[in-house]
Amino acid sequence: MSIGNILSKSSDWLRGDGPHHHIVVTSRIRLARNIAGVAFPGRAKTAERVDVLEKIRPKVEALPEMVDAVSLACQDLSPVDKLLLVERHLISREHAAKKAGAAVVMNRRQNLSIMINEEDHLRMQSIRSGLQLRAAFKAINKVDSELEQQLDYAFDPDLGYLTACPTNVGTGMRASAMVHVPGLVLSEQINQIVQAVNKIGLAVRGLYGEGTEALGNLFQVSNQTTLGEKEEEIIDRLHKVILEIINHEQNARQVLLHNKPNTLLDHVGRSYGTLRHAYSMNSKEALNHLSFAKLACDLGFYGDAQRHAIDELFIETQPAHLQKGSQQRLATDERDVLRAEIIRSKMASFAPPDLEGVLVREKEARVARGGAKKESSHGSESAEESGGVDPF
Amino acid sequence: MLCDVCKSQTASVFLTQIVDGKIQKVNLCDPCSKEKGVTDPTGFALADMLFGMGAAQQIGANLGPEGARCPQCGFTQAEFKKTGRLGCSVCYVTFAEPLKELLKGMHKGLRHIGKCPERLRLTQERDSALRQFHDELRAAVVEEKYEEAAALRDKIRALELSGGTKGD
Repeated sequence: MSIGNILSKSSDWLRGDGPHHHIVVTSRIRLARNIAGVAFPGRAKTAERVDVLEKIRPKVEALPEMVDAVSLACQDLSPVDKLLLVERHLISREHAAKKAGAAVVMNRRQNLSIMINEEDHLRMQSIRSGLQLRAAFKAINKVDSELEQQLDYAFDPDLGYLTACPTNVGTGMRASAMVHVPGLVLSEQINQIVQAVNKIGLAVRGLYGEGTEALGNLFQVSNQTTLGEKEEEIIDRLHKVILEIINHEQNARQVLLHNKPNTLLDHVGRSYGTLRHAYSMNSKEALNHLSFAKLACDLGFYGDAQRHAIDELFIETQPAHLQKGSQQRLATDERDVLRAEIIRSKMASFAPPDLEGVLVREKEARVARGGAKKESSHGSESAEESGGVDPF
Repeated sequence: MLCDVCKSQTASVFLTQIVDGKIQKVNLCDPCSKEKGVTDPTGFALADMLFGMGAAQQIGANLGPEGARCPQCGFTQAEFKKTGRLGCSVCYVTFAEPLKELLKGMHKGLRHIGKCPERLRLTQERDSALRQFHDELRAAVVEEKYEEAAALRDKIRALELSGGTKGD
């Protein structure tokens, strides 16, 4: 299978059909492993790295999981292809910059990728749509168990798997989930959540500033420590925290809809207008508007077909994906024009979201609730009149 | 303000992360931020970089007397300070003491209790079984329980043979 073949297909996880996919975009597990007795890639000489690659690569390619895989040496890839793989989370940015002795093997569904000679000799990753940390771990753990029978891993009975960076030593595992939480950002609860999550040894990252201005309202939650805990314990903790975040996000959306419907609808409406009618858009602006289009799907303004289109736009509007079709490298302003064009054409068939309908329904609901509240307050007044006895 | 990575260009990307309730700030120039994948909110590289830089700063104070050098790969503490990365698996032995302090601040514990390569696990189990049989054999001989001793001797032989064919 060639790179062209694999890149013309969209990644499995992009289908967005995993559990809780409305809020959890992806779940990923990465394992770091090294070969005993050989310098780590950052220290090894080119010849040593090539040796390690020649030793590891055939074993990785022969894995049953890699039957229809594509195996690529970094030096053979064009800059745009490398960036495409980065945008699909199949290789890291560091790996894309590597030359001799670095390679990546990935399966056709693009939910399993193994980098050879990145920071560690092996960086194996499994990625799933939605909240599927356990499934992702099961998949990558199986690959690891198959490889350990053929490769002599650097392992210490006390410290576990030895890695180039001491922050990964032990399990060598980084588990992470990418969450889309516009509700928590709009209601300004995100900082509290970030702090709470940090207190239990997990890291949350957004970009630019104190976490409130993350691009596209996307945050990544991952384990911070790798030594002193079992893999399953780390994953369970992360899983529970993600469930909590989903809960908070859903609550925040409901509260916004009830208390500040105009704020919420303004974001949804403006994003629709901009995405449908802009003629130039940078990737930051696109991400932020697409985030509200995604939220609009969750709120029921668009159907499943539109949801899929929006999910695809998150990836298709990234710089390398934009340039995939064109022969020459595009300048930034040319990319912005092309980005806006792709979004416009993909969203051409989108009917405007029925924002008024939401306001009317919300008003009706409020009247109904208000009536109920009045009745109940009458009830409590009469209780007070009769001596303030609490019936409970 | 200079970039924390290349320390030559002016920083234009300012990144803040809260780790364990402590605010960690990293300032990067445009090329370094691109190279490190800072513009990619989903990259693992970012986590590794942030944690790694913290590690390098810490170990500067922790790696002990100057001049220690890994016999396997020739790595020195100065290089660790620069990159936040070790040179090879033997570095974990060479710098074991100072690393212990560093790991203590970094992780939940100092002992790995997770997955272990199957081959190693089998060897460890075999070794501890062998030790136990040898102890029992000595006790049996002392107590003159020769039948039991003979059975134990056979068990030990069988175990040693199975170990021998497994790739010792």
